[in-house]
Amino acid sequence: MQAPPIESEVKAIVQQAIEKHGKTPDALIPILSEINHALGYIPATAMREMQKQIHDPAKQTYLAEGQLYSLASFYDMLSTKPRGKHVIKFCENAPCHVVGGKAIWDALRDTLKVENGETTPDNQWTLVTTSCLGLCSVGPVLLVDEDMYGNVTVEQIPQILGRYE
Amino acid sequence: MAFYRSHILVCVDPECLEKGAHELIDALQDELVAQGLLKEIQVLETSRIGSCASGPEMMVYPEGVHYVGMSADDVPFLVEEHFLKGRIIEKFREVHKPVVDEELGPLRPKEVRVVLRNCGEIDPMNIEDYLAVDGYQALGKVIGEMTPENVIDEMIRSGLRGRGGAGFPAGKKWALTRQVQDNPKYMVCNADEGDPGAFMNRRVLEGDPHSVIEGMIIGAYAVGASYGYIYCRAEYPLAVETLNLAINQAREFGFLGNNILGTDFNFDLEVRVGAGAFVCGEETALMASIMGQRGEPRPRPPFPSVKGVWGKPSNNNNVETYANVPQIILKGADWYASMGTARSKGTKTFAVGGNVAKPGLIEVPMGITLREIIFDVAGGIKDGKQYKAVQTGGPMGGCLTAEHLDLPLDYEALAEAGSMMGSGGLVVMDESSCMVDIARFFMEFTQAESCGKCTPCRIGTRRILEMLKKICDGKGKAGDIEKLEDLCHEVAKSSLCGLGQGAPNPVLSTLKHFRDEYEAHVFEKRCPAKVCRKLIRFEIQASTCTGCTVCARNCPVEAIGGERRQAHHIDVNKCIRCGICVQVCNFNAISVES
Repeated sequence: MQAPPIESEVKAIVQQAIEKHGKTPDALIPILSEINHALGYIPATAMREMQKQIHDPAKQTYLAEGQLYSLASFYDMLSTKPRGKHVIKFCENAPCHVVGGKAIWDALRDTLKVENGETTPDNQWTLVTTSCLGLCSVGPVLLVDEDMYGNVTVEQIPQILGRYE
Repeated sequence: MAFYRSHILVCVDPECLEKGAHELIDALQDELVAQGLLKEIQVLETSRIGSCASGPEMMVYPEGVHYVGMSADDVPFLVEEHFLKGRIIEKFREVHKPVVDEELGPLRPKEVRVVLRNCGEIDPMNIEDYLAVDGYQALGKVIGEMTPENVIDEMIRSGLRGRGGAGFPAGKKWALTRQVQDNPKYMVCNADEGDPGAFMNRRVLEGDPHSVIEGMIIGAYAVGASYGYIYCRAEYPLAVETLNLAINQAREFGFLGNNILGTDFNFDLEVRVGAGAFVCGEETALMASIMGQRGEPRPRPPFPSVKGVWGKPSNNNNVETYANVPQIILKGADWYASMGTARSKGTKTFAVGGNVAKPGLIEVPMGITLREIIFDVAGGIKDGKQYKAVQTGGPMGGCLTAEHLDLPLDYEALAEAGSMMGSGGLVVMDESSCMVDIARFFMEFTQAESCGKCTPCRIGTRRILEMLKKICDGKGKAGDIEKLEDLCHEVAKSSLCGLGQGAPNPVLSTLKHFRDEYEAHVFEKRCPAKVCRKLIRFEIQASTCTGCTVCARNCPVEAIGGERRQAHHIDVNKCIRCGICVQVCNFNAISVES
């Protein structure tokens, strides 16, 4: 497992995100997204910190930690669990599926020896499926962190993964 | 990991292969060995460099030189000149590497572009480009010459229906929102295009954001709204960036903000970014998400036109609907209504994907047939295979067969055939697709995306998926197909929102049109399309196998054995049926049996 993020760091990230988006209810998802982006996931400490900074009965702003967990666990792009150093997001939707996506997915699972949502024991890779990225004319498509790969073939997989070692 | 000073990428697309790409690769390897360069220069296979027509082609990096039309005999010269002497061989050089827009190329036969007219033509990052193509003139006309009632009347007469999929007349919705006596009112744009295979909204947002913004401002004037939200999915980072830039520019030019075009009409707009939830494409879930809640739908009525964002009247249309508005105002309702069928007017964008020769984005008049779309616009089925089915309407739509090819596309015709318009994804499948596997596949999607709020969808989709998995694994029993069908009807009838109501459609439509395939899986334990892993086996044809060992080297479970240059064989007990051997075999020596 990764070392848990340092508490002062978490506090600063939460504070920055709140300054940017405000304390109104519609700011909650943008704030959570920023934390997720900064830390790779949303640790419980960050939700606690967020609750502490926003909840203020004197100003009639109420927020429970459970509310934040309920949001973080609902949206796919927010993770409540730590992830590997690199995240592979594989598009498993129909347009990619019918042009050979299944073989790519099987090869990824076989190569990394993990299932959907799992992280390799060396903490290098997390493999997840993603909703359609809208890049259907170059399917099969996968994302490694923020790099897009289209027209992927089984033979290319070792080369693609090799770039991140 | 090894470091090479140069990489040669040789295109191995079918056309280049035919022109000798493999011979070229072999010659390159031999020559690199002969010159002692094997550790310095790597030869890789790639696809789609872009000039297969003059192939075989290759790219040499880091120089980025594109060579075409070389034969194996030219290789010693290439290696000597380029890699030993460092001189680019101009005679084989393809100088202008064509930029291929794989989504939206030049106008195809039978296409009419209204929504996509500016995409790829203007610079989306520059509002002046949009102004140069009559941008914001419709807004000027509306504010200067028309009352809100005139605008709504024009929209109703145009016959424009909601392009998000449900097809509710846009003008009527505007009239409903206008009628409600409550303030403030909101404009909402659904840019949470989540249907797999549908990317037309992304393209419009990235290529012509002002047309959507202008449509929303005109709508705001008509319904009396003062603020708007564009809810865009987080999977489209470029669309979000383009929209934000476009909104700022529109504000600078006085099209957004207070006193628009010097009148007392005020309207402003912001982009809200989703966080990955398919169900947020449902309008009540979308509005919950804007308000910082879980994106769960609620029962309607009240409809958003009455109670939407922050409990106030909110007019929700999707990207494509809004993008049509400026053109309708400028060219008139009659012009728009002259295209299409009696019930569905205008044009519709479709994202054609799957096994077609020319996939991509198209815009065609309503009423066109599936046959015209697949064979005339999208170039027919790829690799000379047979057409089998087309999935319209995304994961909640249905599979249509050869008998539906001449169906004129409109909202009602598709619904009567057991499918739907949806947002316009078309996934075309050839004979190699297993329809039970496709149904299982769509069900996996809707089951995972079910928000969990209502029981029929939460539990029903899971049970349907389990039954389909059983059938795909060859564990189906007599009576299972009927049980599956019953459950599908129940889930469709009793779910809260469109997701659960539509989720069983792929199963029901494939059951209707491809029941024989389900029966083959259940009764004969056979997958006719040879797709379902548990029902197939791989065999190496001894007569065609050259013993090149490429399959054995690529097999992840070491199930393939055999001597070099001798026919290989597969251990069926070890084989996990991943199909990698079939993909890597250069001699088509591995067959799939069921």
